[in-house]
Amino acid sequence: MARILFFGKLAEAAGGRERDWPLEPGTRTIDDLVTAIGADEALLADALNEKSVRFIVNEMVAARDASIGDEDEIAFLPPVSGG
Amino acid sequence: MIRVSQQPFDPGAELSAFEKSADGAGAVVSFVGKVRGRAGDSDVAVLHLEHYPGVTERSIADIESKARERWAIGAALIIHRVGDLKPGEPIVMVCVASAHRREAFEAADFLMDYLKTEAMFWKKEIRNDGEAWIEPRDADYKDAERWKEGE
Repeated sequence: MARILFFGKLAEAAGGRERDWPLEPGTRTIDDLVTAIGADEALLADALNEKSVRFIVNEMVAARDASIGDEDEIAFLPPVSGG
Repeated sequence: MIRVSQQPFDPGAELSAFEKSADGAGAVVSFVGKVRGRAGDSDVAVLHLEHYPGVTERSIADIESKARERWAIGAALIIHRVGDLKPGEPIVMVCVASAHRREAFEAADFLMDYLKTEAMFWKKEIRNDGEAWIEPRDADYKDAERWKEGE
């Protein structure tokens, strides 16, 4: 079971900050995961597909085509705004 | 030292403690960012701040490392609030000590520019007329770009 984290406006779009998500065999990358989410939640997938969204896998910055596995923590980050 | 906390802080007390810890430095520069009470024509009731525990602290440590590559600075303190803040409350504080003033001024300026555009925080303004997630302004990105010129 993968753990998905959403932050900021993406948590609002997802209706929560965390989800446990069983990865199906064909889901190998973040891109695949977004496609899988989009099967039921097209609006959320659109938000996750925005160019400004960044990805963290197991606390390390990752690319959209990064491999993911069933034990991973995958975070979706909208543009940051500190200070 | 890096501190991300729900707890309010007292900038005066922090600066005083920092000065003591930076004993021997010839210069100490501090900056305090506060929650604005107005956003355009609206009143801000609450500024809500989220972070990614662990990852956010590391993103700040990376920013501090970049500053240390550029300037010979001594002690540095970065405090950032998360949670729900009211107008007028301190949200961020940066203190930098160095032998001479220029390094401390520039490093503090750099740290703030990168905290605005690179550190992993997300903030939402809750206003009298609605809510909005805040993203860096073009001016914030331009400020951060200044440090890349000539690299």
